Amino acid sequence: MPDAAAGTPLHIITLVKSVPDAQLERRFTEERHIDRSEGVLGELDEYPLETALRIKETAEEREIRVTALTMGPTGASAAAKKALQIGADDAYVLTDDALAGADISATSTALRAAIERIQQVSELDAQLLVVTGMASDDGESGAVPAQLAERLGVHLLSQATSVELSEGRLVVTRTATVEQQKVSAALPAVVSVTDQANDPRYPNFKAIMAAKKKPLTELSLTSVGIGPTAVKPRAQVLTAEPRPPRHGGTVITDEGDAGVQIVDFLQKERVL
Amino acid sequence: MSAVLVYFESVGAELTSAQQELITLADAVGEVQVVTGSTTSDAVHALALEGVHTLYTGEGEIHAPDPAVIDLLETAVQETRAHAVLARNTADTTDALARLAVRLDTGLITDGVGLSHDLRVTKSVLAGSYTTTARVAEGRPLIATMKPNSTEPHLVPGGAPEIVTLPVTAAAAEQLRVLERTPLEASDRPSLTEARCVVAGGRGLDGDFGPLEELADELGAAIGASRAATDAGWIDHAAQVGQTGVTVSPQLYISAGISGAIQQRAGMQTAQTIVAINKDEDAPVFEIADFGVVGDLFEVVPQMVEELRRRRS
Ligand SMILES: Cc1cc2nc3c(=O)[nH]c(=O)nc-3n(C[C@H](O)[C@H](O)[C@H](O)COP(=O)(O)OP(=O)(O)OC[C@H]3O[C@@H](n4cnc5c(N)ncnc54)[C@H](O)[C@@H]3O)c2cc1C
Ligand SMILES: Nc1ncnc2c1ncn2[C@@H]1O[C@H](COP(=O)(O)O)[C@@H](O)[C@H]1O
Repeated sequence: MPDAAAGTPLHIITLVKSVPDAQLERRFTEERHIDRSEGVLGELDEYPLETALRIKETAEEREIRVTALTMGPTGASAAAKKALQIGADDAYVLTDDALAGADISATSTALRAAIERIQQVSELDAQLLVVTGMASDDGESGAVPAQLAERLGVHLLSQATSVELSEGRLVVTRTATVEQQKVSAALPAVVSVTDQANDPRYPNFKAIMAAKKKPLTELSLTSVGIGPTAVKPRAQVLTAEPRPPRHGGTVITDEGDAGVQIVDFLQKERVL
Repeated sequence: MSAVLVYFESVGAELTSAQQELITLADAVGEVQVVTGSTTSDAVHALALEGVHTLYTGEGEIHAPDPAVIDLLETAVQETRAHAVLARNTADTTDALARLAVRLDTGLITDGVGLSHDLRVTKSVLAGSYTTTARVAEGRPLIATMKPNSTEPHLVPGGAPEIVTLPVTAAAAEQLRVLERTPLEASDRPSLTEARCVVAGGRGLDGDFGPLEELADELGAAIGASRAATDAGWIDHAAQVGQTGVTVSPQLYISAGISGAIQQRAGMQTAQTIVAINKDEDAPVFEIADFGVVGDLFEVVPQMVEELRRRRS
């Protein structure tokens, strides 16, 4: 059967967050915001990008554009550039002083406005598919995709472990609380993708060079048409205390009785 | 006293320990009202507890990913005028509460481990390296998901709650259709996120979870795994502990044949006591273990099992 939606272009907007490198020390600023002065493309946001690229590569007859969108401080453009190197067609970076300390509500409000603005300026007249990671590497709420779907008024398919387009509908397998589900939905939709979904590609030299010619556009709150009050956080961090780092305790080398020694330790600690 | 709404995805004949914790937390900050999209007839007995006033349900079963779950929650908030909504931190409940927070134009706080009388939520962030307290903007209801193993359940049996059916039904399946459902493998062991003791294995097990199963039997523990072990297909993905698996905070975490990569540590370093067995003395897991053994797990674990049995008899 011919694909009913094959004639309509598809615009896949993939959300990538710029996050502090998890391999380095991460900290809070005095304003109790996570220090984002240096950022990398969040590891978990490589999976949705890969999902988007595979959809594009397998749909031969359809015009598909893959756009990367990130919201963050000035340095966040590094994440957008990385997304272009990996394979996105174009990228947008939403930066605004009023977004410092954005909570889930502010982030989803700003991203929604940015997505609507991008749709307007891209003049594709396309169906919309937003793909996101399962959680950001720093905020880790996993709640932005759901809030975004609610604000856009579109379907939410979260925690996808596989994503396909079939006859214009989205078919996703996902892990629910007590079961695996196979779910189908009409577009437009927001899909969050887990690290089980695929193996993200690395950019090669050719792709890195090609990315330099791809468009990267900066957005501000004004340019996406919302004011600072719309992104006033609805949740505030009151205190942020570094946790005393966990220290290693006793380490012994097994000399034939380590199993017994562990049991002694457990008994002493009263955890049995 | 103002109402606190507690959302459960389903309520059966007995409350899970995570559900008991939520009621305990809610009871400390208001009058407890429970809402669920899925009940059995004995749910009302499970909820016959002091402090639990009403059980709200929809008309018929309502499950994720059906957006009617959010309608149900929204209706229940209107009905109870709750000043807080609490639920567990599963992905499905996080989705539902996140969307509810948009509708109520209020703040959402995820993965809490503590709740104060003035509705400040404590949580552990950046892979356990910081503890934060947060609250929602003045005059708005708190919406929060809470992690299991955050508090000691403290429930007193009481009268059966009143059951109120709210006028909410499952959404038409046309737009969002569940084509297949496959139950996740049920196990006789305690659930991983709720267990007081977790025994976890990694690549070092080389495909054989046998020794860990025996140890878990002795300790009444849940079984966890590293992503290397779940990716290899040695055990179901549901057992994965870590950044992209489940986060556990048990009293005791025993790690065997796991190197302790940062993504693994993110899911277990808030355990009270960590014991690690690894044959590589430089394995990063030893940096956070309270008691570490450099040795072969295939010798150490069976000896532990034997010793536990010996002391018990
Ligand atoms: C986006 C992303 C998300 C991830 N999420 C997670 C996650 O949620 N959870 C997770 O665990 N990982 C996660 N990972 C993977 C993580 O980085 C590690 O690769 C993984 O944890 C390694 O598993 P392991 O420790 O079992 O294997 P290895 O690192 O290979 O370690 C095996 C260990 O076993 C020891 N060993 C071998 N034989 C024996 C023996 N006979 N006796 C004793 N010790 C022995 C070795 O010395 C070694 O230290 C993620 C990675 C990425 C990129
Ligand atoms: N500031 C942001 N910019 C772009 N995408 C984001 C941002 N915050 C969250 N996301 C997307 O939403 C997903 C879930 O984030 P979170 O809810 O913060 O855990 C991430 O994996 C991203 O795809």
